[in-house]
Amino acid sequence: MGAGTFLQNAWFLLIGVLLAGYAVLDGLDLGIGVLFPFLAKTDEDKRTLVGAVGPVWDGNEVWLLAGGGALFAAFPMAYATIFSGFYLALMLVLFSLILRAVSLEFRAHDPAHRRLWEAAFVAGSFVPALLFGVALGNVVGGVPLDARGEFAGSFFTLLRPLPLAFGILGLCAFLLHGSAFAALKCEGGLRDRALKAAGALAGATAAAFLLSFAAVLAYLPSAAGSVPAWVFSALVWLSLALFFFAAKKGRDRQAVVLSSAIFLGLWGLVGAIHYPNLVRASDPALSLTIANASSSPLTLKVMLIIALAGMPVVVGYTIFAYRVFKGKVRPGPDGY
Amino acid sequence: MDAVFLARLQFGFIAGFHFLFPPTTLGLSLIVFILETLYVRTKNEAYKRLSAYLVKVLGTVFVMGVATGISLEFAFGNNWAAYSRTVGDIFGAPLAAEAVFSFFLESVFLGILVFGRDRVKPKTYRLSAFLVFFGAHLSGLWIIIANSWMQTPAGFRLEGGRAVLTDFFAAAFNPSTVVRYVHTLLAGWLTGALVAMAVAAWLMLKGRSATAAAALMRVSLAVFAAAAILQLGSGHAHSMQVTKTQPEKMAAFEAQWKTMNGAPFTVFGIPDEANERTLLAVRIPKMLSLLVHFDPNGRVLGLEAFPRDERPPVFLPFAGYHLMILFGLLFILMAAWGLWLQARGKLAASRGFLRVLILAVPLPYLANELGWIAAEVGRQPWAVYKVLRTSDAASAVVPAGNIIFSLALFTLIYALIAAAGLAIILRTVRGGPDGGPSEAGKGAA
Repeated sequence: MGAGTFLQNAWFLLIGVLLAGYAVLDGLDLGIGVLFPFLAKTDEDKRTLVGAVGPVWDGNEVWLLAGGGALFAAFPMAYATIFSGFYLALMLVLFSLILRAVSLEFRAHDPAHRRLWEAAFVAGSFVPALLFGVALGNVVGGVPLDARGEFAGSFFTLLRPLPLAFGILGLCAFLLHGSAFAALKCEGGLRDRALKAAGALAGATAAAFLLSFAAVLAYLPSAAGSVPAWVFSALVWLSLALFFFAAKKGRDRQAVVLSSAIFLGLWGLVGAIHYPNLVRASDPALSLTIANASSSPLTLKVMLIIALAGMPVVVGYTIFAYRVFKGKVRPGPDGY
Repeated sequence: MDAVFLARLQFGFIAGFHFLFPPTTLGLSLIVFILETLYVRTKNEAYKRLSAYLVKVLGTVFVMGVATGISLEFAFGNNWAAYSRTVGDIFGAPLAAEAVFSFFLESVFLGILVFGRDRVKPKTYRLSAFLVFFGAHLSGLWIIIANSWMQTPAGFRLEGGRAVLTDFFAAAFNPSTVVRYVHTLLAGWLTGALVAMAVAAWLMLKGRSATAAAALMRVSLAVFAAAAILQLGSGHAHSMQVTKTQPEKMAAFEAQWKTMNGAPFTVFGIPDEANERTLLAVRIPKMLSLLVHFDPNGRVLGLEAFPRDERPPVFLPFAGYHLMILFGLLFILMAAWGLWLQARGKLAASRGFLRVLILAVPLPYLANELGWIAAEVGRQPWAVYKVLRTSDAASAVVPAGNIIFSLALFTLIYALIAAAGLAIILRTVRGGPDGGPSEAGKGAA
């Protein structure tokens, strides 16, 4: 198993950055989506929460499309294997994302079916928040692949202990992140409830992290030898502990930074134990790696130029947009 | 049922449904940008209210486009894994570039258009309108690059059965990219402009917001008329390109069975593929040769010139192509009628014309879908012209039952979205640009 060329390594890193960017940004609104029925007591609470994510969720979700597009362009073999192999699971994610995408807009303008669209927002946030971790757990933990690199399992192959542990961890981390963002954007009782949830979720995330940790050590014993993996684990623990105190003391901005750091630690950890694999096969000789699943050097180079030219600009105007909408959300008279 | 057939059916359904929205976004974002520019120039509040009114519609249409567009990003891997493996080296790049350069831009600045009216200066708001317009048009370019590469692939070589990029610009600006891009943009302008004209017409018929309705009609009629005329030229250029680069597709468009010098243009007919003839054909002699070669005796290849297993189906491409042209000509007539009424100052009072505008709203959508069907069915039996057959492109590991399941759910969810979205757009339009008490406030979504 070669370690790959510079370009293949760069793309492994870049896709990691795009997916981590997705987790940090869309995590804000996925988390709020799942917490929505628990945090909102009144109609005004609902409008406030929806107002917090309304202007930004769409831009956040593009990070997933960029990450998926980059996977397609840079490692088409892995993209093809994952998307065709995990067909039914990804269809569930897709249907959730579709309903979620229209839910906020339709909720605001279709008052007769407001409950339906709110349910779509909540369910459409919950399913991806859970299944992203399950999918990641499968490619990291290993799935049966045949000699052509095609998935050789079924839907139920995907539901083994390690992927399920990753799914629960992902869900907890999204909820944690969403609760901190809700505290940052809201006031009064809503903010108090968000902070209280954040404290409890810190405990749940710690438990889920231990569970995933144990699953990794049990199923991928070689991971224990990775120094970066231990460093990133330490980052997760440290951020989680600081998050707990930030939530207790009501430091909402700090909490959002720390929950973002937890995601970065988790992605770093995944990268450390997964590299140079893209899809680990049950038989290691058949794994799809950055070396055997990538596009040609020219495509990787062109794509790198596109990414380096485009992404700094994206980051720039995304920061601009968050500044335009910064501060506490005040629910308007008719929706937002 | 055959899994490849089901995968095609599913892709056709989700792509065809998605294709209702982006053309509307192209046209409406242009009109919103024009209105914002007029507002910044003249400080006339009517333009601002009109723009806010259309931004609500644009917001709903855009969100539906986003929701249904995600499916397509998934579909190449879900259902077309063999395709992704074979041509991913080239095809993945424009999709990723579209996200990086366009999706972020459109999404972030649409957020400002819809929610940020009171949070930014008018000039920043206009800039946001421009960036949504620009992002939508850039997005169209990348997706047309990807699709055109399937029609007229270039800039690659085959290596061990896989297409490998050799020249990025040759692949991106392959022989059909530019003309197909222009043709698609103009189709979008026609669509968005006709929607805006219909809204203005409805306001005029109801006698509401007369000044605003007249301003909206003026702007959208100008866009519509310009696009309708230009589309005639771009459609012609596109047909010449198809004749040159995919002659069997042009033969299918025209149900041209035999190769001949001085080929006629078939105005009407019913292609009978089994017997290779066209029933009830009405033909203009030598017209096809004249149109595609500027020479009445030019040679046009017939379907007979191609091996049977490389011929596209004829009926759908023929019907789609001809109906699209018919609608295109109707748009020119409608534009001329409108301009004539406007020049005489009688447009707002011409109830007949205003009703026609409203009834005509489905036509550009039909024209878009028919043109797309003609283009993609006319590409068969190839997924990538002369590189990869559609029958070899589908996912090997996805059983037919899974596709039936997903197709059933797509149908349900899309029907729900279509019904709710249409109802919301109609409600927004009924609210009018000046708004009732329930419509006051910062704006949509």
